[in-house]
Amino acid sequence: MKYSKLLPTIFITTLLPIAAIAAEDEKIWNNVLKPEYFAGQAIEESDNIIELEAPVRAEDPALVPIKVTSKVKQTKEHYIKKILVLVDNNPFPFVGEFEFTPESGKADIAMRIRVNSNSNIRAIAQINDGKLMMTKKFVKASGGCSAPIGANLDEAMSRLGKIKFRLENEVKAGEPNLVQLMISHPNITGMQMDQVTRFVKKSHFVKDVKVTFNGKPVLTAKTDIAISADPNFRFYFVPEKAGDLKAEVTDTSCELPTKRDVCAKGNTYTETFKVQP
Amino acid sequence: MRILLLFALFMVSVQTTAATVLPVKEITTGVYVHFGKHQFPDSKNHGEIANLGFIVGQKCVAVIDSGGNPEQGLALKQAVTETTQTPICYVINTHVHPDHINGNSAFKAAGVKLVGHHKLARAMSARGSYYLDKAADQLGVKMSAADLIPPDIEVKDSMKLDLGGRTLVLKAHPTAHTDNDLTVYDEKTNTIWLSDLLFTEHVPTLDGSLKGWLSEIDKLEKQSFHYVIPGHGELVTDWPQSMQAQKHYLTLLLTEIRAAIKKGQHLEDAVQTVGYSEKNNWALFDDYHRKNVTTAFAELEWED
Ligand SMILES: [Zn+2]
Repeated sequence: MKYSKLLPTIFITTLLPIAAIAAEDEKIWNNVLKPEYFAGQAIEESDNIIELEAPVRAEDPALVPIKVTSKVKQTKEHYIKKILVLVDNNPFPFVGEFEFTPESGKADIAMRIRVNSNSNIRAIAQINDGKLMMTKKFVKASGGCSAPIGANLDEAMSRLGKIKFRLENEVKAGEPNLVQLMISHPNITGMQMDQVTRFVKKSHFVKDVKVTFNGKPVLTAKTDIAISADPNFRFYFVPEKAGDLKAEVTDTSCELPTKRDVCAKGNTYTETFKVQP
Repeated sequence: MRILLLFALFMVSVQTTAATVLPVKEITTGVYVHFGKHQFPDSKNHGEIANLGFIVGQKCVAVIDSGGNPEQGLALKQAVTETTQTPICYVINTHVHPDHINGNSAFKAAGVKLVGHHKLARAMSARGSYYLDKAADQLGVKMSAADLIPPDIEVKDSMKLDLGGRTLVLKAHPTAHTDNDLTVYDEKTNTIWLSDLLFTEHVPTLDGSLKGWLSEIDKLEKQSFHYVIPGHGELVTDWPQSMQAQKHYLTLLLTEIRAAIKKGQHLEDAVQTVGYSEKNNWALFDDYHRKNVTTAFAELEWED
């Protein structure tokens, strides 16, 4: 190991013009992610339909709070159907895909994610008429000693499958109400150093989250290893009258951390919460 | 201008590689400590920020933490050689953080055993590839998987190491600063090497369990020690007095985060509001405080 070899490289990197860095930022999107998820489709980049909030720096790479806020009302005629969230530079960029209905009230979704290195985080909304709108934020990775894993694996494991709903305010009938869903799950990435093979542990993560109110879908999500340990989501639902908010959470375990073709069937955990407007 | 700068960088790098003996201080008979500077690990300090050292017995030397990169490990090894002819038998890793264990490969030799908490290897495996990327990106240190060596001896609860004429008592703690904290107690001088279970001046960094850490502090506080060596900060000779600042900081996090959760605040709100009365009491507060609140919040929100 010689610093003398490494230092000039770092020096030159900092001299790169901003434009070149920006182009670099779009490389994975243009070459890999866009063709994979939206081949041949036009995507408009704008903050008019959805906005993305994310911290400038990922203070804890294991727990980066982000929030997608919609700027349009969910109506039968015009609504956001789906929001896809990606972290370009993560080893597995897919964070989750969140489906909404006109009954969701408001297509907002807040969550906590893992961010491995400096990266664009992007949210792409699909409107019911097929239009695609994208917004993004650049998040700087943090240095220091933490890692995008989770601080207390055994604790999360011991609570595995425990689910909590938390209502933010007094419930109002016929209006969008904000609800928090907390799922205790270690969401193991399966990213391990091969050299210490004794501990190779396959990924073990929440892959499906279904929330219904009185049987009607409120939020349907496909999620992956970029979701932090103890997955946490905030979203809206519209209760017309008293009823049951129900969560159905299914996990899986895949052979390889960045491939999804060979995965074992996991367990399903459920929780019901009585809502009284 | 550019040539000048490159030349300056060249000089710096020559200086860095030439400094091969790590300065250490004998704080009490046979206990040598290198005190790190309170800096955020970066490409200037190459992650060389933690307190490191060694304890010398009649038969064996035990090194405690190997350094922030392999080169610092070599400099520490050199410091041992300059101090004593007694061979190194053990390299104790106090926990998984890179500033403490990135020097492991420098000590690889026949007869040298690496010692760590029974959960250390798992943590190294889970974090290893990420830490290697960070070493290249942020520390300007080139390391490979071969530099991250898991322990040969794992401590489940506690273990004694006989160095010849002095015994070290190692204790594996429940999740506190991390889930793999190991402390080293030297019976002969009543010295305890707490490593990152104790921070003085440098803001404590939480990467395990806030409640777990406070509970370990409570137990340690009731014991008496002549000398206490923190992972970051100066030698403590007035135990438990110098630990009160850390206890206060961690207790404040506990109280204020519980209150924030009760009020219905979210993680992103708590990060902006909790604990800022401590801002001027600590070095590197802006670098680590929000991370501490984040980790603690994720723990405390599961309390019933
Ligand atoms: Zn540490």
